[in-house]
Amino acid sequence: MSRIEFNNVWKEYGRHVVLENLSLSVDTGEFCTIVGASGCGKTTFLRMLLGEERPSRGEIQLDGKPLRDEPGPDRGVVFQRYSVFPHLTVLQNVMLGLELEAAPLSGRLFGAARRRASEQAREMLDSVGLNQALDRYPTELSGGMQQRLALAQTLVMKPRILLLDEPFGALDPGIRTDMHKLVLQLWQQIGLTVFMITHDLYEAFYLGSRLLVFDKLRIDPQAMEAYGATITYDLPLANVDQGTIEGIRQHVEEEVPRAVEAAVN
Amino acid sequence: MKRLLNLHPRRVSRTLLGMLPFVLLLLAYMVTSDARLAENPNDKLLPSFSSIGAAIERMAFEPSKRSGDFLLWADTGASLQRLALGVGISAAIALVFGVLLGIIPYINAGLSPFVSAISMIPPMAILPILFIVFGLGEVSKVVLVVIGITPFIIRDLQQRVSELPSEQIIKAQTLGGSTWQLIIRVVLPQVLPRLIDAVRLSLGAAWLFLIAAEAIAATEGLGYRIFLVRRYLAMDVILPYVIWITFLAFLTDLALRYISRRAFPWFQKQTADST
Repeated sequence: MSRIEFNNVWKEYGRHVVLENLSLSVDTGEFCTIVGASGCGKTTFLRMLLGEERPSRGEIQLDGKPLRDEPGPDRGVVFQRYSVFPHLTVLQNVMLGLELEAAPLSGRLFGAARRRASEQAREMLDSVGLNQALDRYPTELSGGMQQRLALAQTLVMKPRILLLDEPFGALDPGIRTDMHKLVLQLWQQIGLTVFMITHDLYEAFYLGSRLLVFDKLRIDPQAMEAYGATITYDLPLANVDQGTIEGIRQHVEEEVPRAVEAAVN
Repeated sequence: MKRLLNLHPRRVSRTLLGMLPFVLLLLAYMVTSDARLAENPNDKLLPSFSSIGAAIERMAFEPSKRSGDFLLWADTGASLQRLALGVGISAAIALVFGVLLGIIPYINAGLSPFVSAISMIPPMAILPILFIVFGLGEVSKVVLVVIGITPFIIRDLQQRVSELPSEQIIKAQTLGGSTWQLIIRVVLPQVLPRLIDAVRLSLGAAWLFLIAAEAIAATEGLGYRIFLVRRYLAMDVILPYVIWITFLAFLTDLALRYISRRAFPWFQKQTADST
C-alpha cells in the first residue's frame, strides 16, 4: 500500500553534505526508529519526508509517485515542542484538522457537522486519555498531556505516515513509559507507518519494528562537512525475535487500558 | 541587613510609595504657586487651585459665549473621534499587512523594504503635504495619525507572525490547512492580542500626532484648545487639559488591557507562563 522509497537521496547545503547516497524502502505498517549522533541528518531526513525540505539529488517516492514537496494531510507529525495550538482548547485542537478538511473557506464547522466532528474528536481524545481536559488550553496541560494532545490531533486525520521528532525527549521517564504504551497501542490499532527519531536507544529498540542508525561512513578531519551521513545499520527488529514482539503485544494489551485509566484519574 | 535589591515593599507601603511622587509634585506646585502669587497676584504661570477650578467650571460646565458649546466636551469629542478613526484605520491596515508580510514570503520580499523605508519618514515632515492634499479638514488629521503609527504596528505584527514556531505552521499544513485557512485559523487569532498590545504602545505617538495636527489647523479639539489659549498664557486652562488628556490616555490603555484579558484568556496564560 503506502510504500516509501528513497532512491540514492543526497542533501547538500552548498558545500555542506548532510546526507549522502541514502537508499531505503519502507513498507506500510513498519515502525522505524531512527537513532544517530547529533548533526547526522536525522532531522533533515524527517523534514524531507515531511516535504519541508527536498532532496538535492535522488528521489523520494510514495507508492511509486514522487513525494509532494510540501507538508500535507497524508503525513502527520508530532514535534518535541510547539505541536499544538495555544489559542485553541484541547477539543478545538483536535477538531481543527476535521474543520479545515470540511470547510475550505471558513475553516469552521457549524451545526450538525460541528457536532459530528466534535464527537469524532472526543473519541480520539478518549483513546489518548484526555477526555477530562476537553476545555483546557494547552498551557494548562503538563508536557505529557500536551504530547498526547499532539498525537490525538494528528491521528484524528488518519494519516498514512506518522512522523515523530523526539516526541518524548522532554518528558519525565515515568510519563515516557506511559507514552510508549500509548504509541504502540495506537500504532497497532490504526496500522500506519511510523518514523520516529529518538536519542534513547532503549526506546528505539522497544518501540520499533525496524531500527535505522544514521552515521557518517567517511570522515575528513580537515573538512568535517565534506562527507554526509547515511544509514549505516538497518536492523529488522521484528524479525530478530518474534517472541519479543509477541511479548510486547501482550504487555501492551494488558497494560495500556490500565495506563489510560490511570492517566484519566 | 539584607541587600537593597532583596527588600520588597508590602502591599500597603507599595501603594503609598506609588502615590508619593504625585503628592510631592502637588505640594511643590502649591508652594511655588503660592510664593509667586504672593509676589504678584496677577501671575499667570502657576495659577492657584481656585483659579484652575474656575477655569474647569467655565470650560466644562458653562456654555461658551461664542458658540454655546460646552468647550471641554466638544473638544474631547472631536479629538477622541479623530483618534479613534486614526487608530482604528491603522490597526486594520496593519493587521492585514503585518500578517501577509509575516506569512507569505513573496509579499514579504516585495513589500518589506518599502514598509521599512516608509517607517523612516518623520510623519510631521509630511504634515504640510497632507494639508495641501487633503485640505485643513478632518481627513488630514486622521491621515497624519494613520501615517504616524501604521508602519510601527505593521512591523511589530510582522515580527510577531514570524515568531510563531515553524512547528505550528508545518503542523497546520499536515492537518490539511491551506494558506488562507492557516491565516484565519492559526495566525490571525494568535496575532489579535499582539495587535492590541501594539496599539497600546502606539497610543502615545497617536496622541502626539493628533495634538500636533490640531495645533496647526483645527477649529476644535483638545490640542487646538491648548495651543489657542497659550496666546493668553492661560495656564489655568492648559494644565487641566493636559491632565484630562493624560487621564483619557490612561483610560484607553486600561480598556484595551481589559478587552485583551477578556477576549484572549489563553494569551494571558501563555505570557504568564513564559515570564
